[in-house]
Amino acid sequence: MGERKSAGFVELAHTADVEMQVWGPDLPQLLEQAALGMNSLAGFSLKPGRRQTHKLDLPIVDLETTLVSFLSELLYLAEVENLGFDTFNIEIKGDILIAIFIGAPLELQRVHIKAVTYHNLEIKQVPEGFVVNVVFDV
Amino acid sequence: MISIKDLTKINQFEWEIPKSFRQDMQVPVRIFATRQLLDDISGDKSLEQAVNSATLSGLAGPVVVMPDMHQGYGFPIGAVAATRYPDGVVSPGGIGYDINCGVRLLGSQIEYESVRQHIGDLATAINQSCPSGVGTKGHIRLSGKELDQLCRQGSGWALKRGYATQSDLQRTEEGGCLEGAQPEKVSQRAKQRGLSQIGTLGAGNHFIEVDVVDHVFDREAAQAMGLQEGNLAVLIHCGSRGFGHQICTDYVKEFQLAVKRYGMKLADRELVCAPMDSPEGSAYLGAMRSAANYAFANRQVLAHFARKAFEQVLAGKVPNWHLHQIYDIAHNMGKLETHTINGEKVRVCVHRKGATRAFGPGFEGLPAEYKPIGQPVLVPGSMGTASWVLVGTQESMERSYGSCCHGAGRMMSRSKAKKLVRGDELRNKLEAQGIQIRAGSMAGLAEEAPQAYKDVDEVVETVVGAGIARKVAKIVPVAVIKG
Repeated sequence: MGERKSAGFVELAHTADVEMQVWGPDLPQLLEQAALGMNSLAGFSLKPGRRQTHKLDLPIVDLETTLVSFLSELLYLAEVENLGFDTFNIEIKGDILIAIFIGAPLELQRVHIKAVTYHNLEIKQVPEGFVVNVVFDV
Repeated sequence: MISIKDLTKINQFEWEIPKSFRQDMQVPVRIFATRQLLDDISGDKSLEQAVNSATLSGLAGPVVVMPDMHQGYGFPIGAVAATRYPDGVVSPGGIGYDINCGVRLLGSQIEYESVRQHIGDLATAINQSCPSGVGTKGHIRLSGKELDQLCRQGSGWALKRGYATQSDLQRTEEGGCLEGAQPEKVSQRAKQRGLSQIGTLGAGNHFIEVDVVDHVFDREAAQAMGLQEGNLAVLIHCGSRGFGHQICTDYVKEFQLAVKRYGMKLADRELVCAPMDSPEGSAYLGAMRSAANYAFANRQVLAHFARKAFEQVLAGKVPNWHLHQIYDIAHNMGKLETHTINGEKVRVCVHRKGATRAFGPGFEGLPAEYKPIGQPVLVPGSMGTASWVLVGTQESMERSYGSCCHGAGRMMSRSKAKKLVRGDELRNKLEAQGIQIRAGSMAGLAEEAPQAYKDVDEVVETVVGAGIARKVAKIVPVAVIKG
């Protein structure tokens, strides 16, 4: 992964939808970067003021499904509750992912992300940790 | 990467990737395109995705790809695949997240020249009455019980609520209602998203346009539709909103397990599928049809509010400000249809992802006035360019499962479009061409710049040249409303 930071995300070219590469030294950090990357793609900005938390417990069926479910939860909360999150405490206990999202009501959403797809989705283990390309339907 | 040398040229407008190209292909891929349109997609993954689609279980004939094809996820956009009913598979990713995204065209007796000075007011009124943009809620708030009724009745729900006429329903694909919707197969999450979004446009490439009929190519067909050169028309493009997105999300996830259960091997996890006669496949069909009916009702309510906007601006200024329905078609849908494949009548589920139905003359489901001419096919161009009204042909029934293209087709990523085009400059340029723009976001406008799309005229010349559609009329925009 060259000179890149140990965890991060970058948008890749895709004709119609949006594709993002995400990497991190471990799975919790990979998920955190995926969430921050999706926030960036969607152009989320949060209202200042009182912070809110949301807890998510996800049984881990497979890593890719966990990633899709994790990001889909954030899209659902943005659309239905108008909530965005910028801080993530994520841990894996056995076969359960436990995530605490911390955020606030959304002030702005610039891009409507319809869904997180499984298209060519594969979380790969590399010497530096994990890397995955995610395609979003927009 | 598949290149043009891997394709067999059948004629100027038709190419094939033979079944022998890859060992896991069940059927060949048939592509309707000119050499130029194939060059436009070189470098993207459309053809690989088409080959992947040709590996699904239970395909009854070739996977067909339309000239507006481009890279998507799972299936390419522009793909049509027919799987045998009931033991073939249904694939949610082969229909798309925006279930029954589609296009509606309304016509009028309003001469553009007589209302030219009011087009800005019309654009503003439509923009105010048809909520658009990310996360927008509509004027109508449904109860859970009403949402279930809407899922079962589609445009019929809108008729009962006073948002539709009987003629609107007759001039909608399937009468605006797919039989077999099962709202009980829809998750609470999807329902939560659907409660407040009926009558909303959304964002991305969804739009409402006010157009002028620029040129009529087929007078008989145009007359049947009520399209006259110089008159205004309205084009509405949107789908099932968060309701459909959530249903597809839910079932793509659930089918990940179904694939293992039924021992299927997939080229891409987005192609997950289940046999239609399995509990999973049957549940998805019931939920997908609910979303399809939601989308029909959504476009119907938007049409109602567009009519209100026309009344608000033009009442007393022109003798007749009514907008009559010409047709409403889906371009992300899975439907049970009977087609003749290799000389045999076969009941199939036709997956159309970024492709429209295009049934030829005589089809029983058409209103009487359209039976002699064939089903109207609506092909929106990119923003600021022409859109087309076509009709299906007998050849489309024989060669493309009664299907045709759905638009111009993207060829440039959104991020590149934003780098090359400034939204405010684009708006100024379009307004200088006489096109009023109402857009919620200048960045969103830049993403939809005309240069990000293929030439819609070439796409149309291809389907006409291939014989799967006939030209009826070309319309050009005078106002564009976007989220």
